[in-house]
Amino acid sequence: MTTIDNGVNVQALLDAREVLKGAPEAAQFTWRANSKWTKGVHSTTTIEKFFGLGQEQTHKNETEFASDHPAVFAAEDNGITPIEYLLVGLAGCLTAGVASVAQNRGIQLRSVEATVEGNHDIRGILGADSDVRNGYNDIKVTFHIDADASKEEIEALVAQSQKRSAVFDALTNPTDVTVEVA
Amino acid sequence: MSAERVTTVVVGAGHAGLAASRFLTGRSIDHVVLERGEVANSWRRERWDSLRLLTPNWLNRLPGLPYTGPDPDGYLTSGEVVSLVEHFAAVNRAPVRTGTELTSLSRTDDGYHLVTGAGEIHARSVVLASGACNVPVTPAFAAAVPSPVRQLTPFTYRNPGQVPAGGVLVVGASATGVQIAAELQRSGRQVILSTGEHVRLPRLHRDRDVLWWMDASGVWDQRYDEVDDLTRARRLPSPQLVGGPKRETLDLNALTELGVELVGRWAAVRQESALFSGGLRNVCALADLKMNRLLTGFNQWAGITSPAEEIAPTRVPARTRLKLDLSSGEIGTIIWATGFRPDYRWLGVPVLDEKGRLRHEGGVVADSPGLYALGLPLLRRRRSTFLNGIEDDARFVVDHLAGRLPGGSEPAGRQ
Repeated sequence: MTTIDNGVNVQALLDAREVLKGAPEAAQFTWRANSKWTKGVHSTTTIEKFFGLGQEQTHKNETEFASDHPAVFAAEDNGITPIEYLLVGLAGCLTAGVASVAQNRGIQLRSVEATVEGNHDIRGILGADSDVRNGYNDIKVTFHIDADASKEEIEALVAQSQKRSAVFDALTNPTDVTVEVA
Repeated sequence: MSAERVTTVVVGAGHAGLAASRFLTGRSIDHVVLERGEVANSWRRERWDSLRLLTPNWLNRLPGLPYTGPDPDGYLTSGEVVSLVEHFAAVNRAPVRTGTELTSLSRTDDGYHLVTGAGEIHARSVVLASGACNVPVTPAFAAAVPSPVRQLTPFTYRNPGQVPAGGVLVVGASATGVQIAAELQRSGRQVILSTGEHVRLPRLHRDRDVLWWMDASGVWDQRYDEVDDLTRARRLPSPQLVGGPKRETLDLNALTELGVELVGRWAAVRQESALFSGGLRNVCALADLKMNRLLTGFNQWAGITSPAEEIAPTRVPARTRLKLDLSSGEIGTIIWATGFRPDYRWLGVPVLDEKGRLRHEGGVVADSPGLYALGLPLLRRRRSTFLNGIEDDARFVVDHLAGRLPGGSEPAGRQ
């Protein structure tokens, strides 16, 4: 039997699952982002630190994300639109899930590509029609996966990936959000 | 007043407790069966009118009581289950004390002390067979549902006649949810079914009851220590099946045909509105994939290569509602088909886990010698969830129990 390798340390994840079953407090993570207004609708958000496994943690590098709006919004387009970051999160999360589930199921992946489309009626954010919501009306993800597996096994990878996806859950279920002025 | 002494107390006179009693009697182990109400109490009082067993009659064999009636492929009504269990109690002359509620169970140096409404008992060993479905479970946000909306559980729902005219929101798509949704929709009410993860099954596969395949192919023989994720397997919702003379499939497509509206899992209540998940498509895809995998496994087991009748994937509406205003009057009634849990309030022995589930190894409560369980889902095998699984489970548990008594595993009769 050839060993398959998608580059995911599944054993570490399975071990963590066992440990955290008996230590729910260590499983509590807090992800953090800090943003700063630049000018117009352009802002910069940096991410470096988070909390988890009972202590402060730091990413290997600080990452900077520019948010702006494109020229059709009469903006300077110094970065992607905030709502597009949701697509980045969803694609990254589902793809990570596909790789992890494939590793766990012994399926060698050769390529995984996803196209994510979010349909958005901007009359909501412009206040042009109060019946239109601000956020996406719907999102469609299309995966193209080349792997040593049947079509059905690949469909099962994608379904299981959604089942365990943080971002899929965050987008499909309501989340309590508090916004304060300090 | 000193406590009565018996070797073994069995808690609950359903099929599980009575099966334990049969094997205890077989070993001449003196025992009593405590029953809060009557024999088969929950089947008398805690079921809706139209419920039939999910298993066909020939699969409802109890120890020493194979099915010999005229309708092996039929499905018993609740009333017929009561008769079956009563008959089982009678032929085994089970020492049942009806109307005897257990109020506390605690450990002593050499066994267990039980307090009942009719006195105290000391026993060397206790078999908990009080059932897995004593209390309907509802989510915490049920408290936020505005009060004009009537809320029922499978314990309080009896039939559509009891539900006021107007829309009904059924929550949960297990056997309970799909059966109640179907009969309410047929009664002329608009039903919305909130659907999370569920288990889809056709009633028949290649002209045989799908549970025949479960039984014959060995799926039901899989042991608790062979199951990948036992916690998950034990809390799996009941499959979308209904027992009835037409042997019809009652999956989400059948409900859509009837006119039921599907929405995603109910996630929260905000400002008097129900918010549903946008993930319905995925839970349906998961259920379709699992069903197809199971049926493919049946075909492989049987060595059949000819294609079976294709089952259409679950049709999910292009748009499902994400929000429902509960104060608008569209919905008059909510029926929570969101599962059940056992009631262990009287259990004064620390053998429950952090989720309130009994910790046991195939029916043996390892942390408390002499304490046993029967009649829980996947107790020892997948079969344990169904009536026909009790024979092997009860035999095992009573053998283990007998092995701990003075004189070891000798058949009884000796003091």
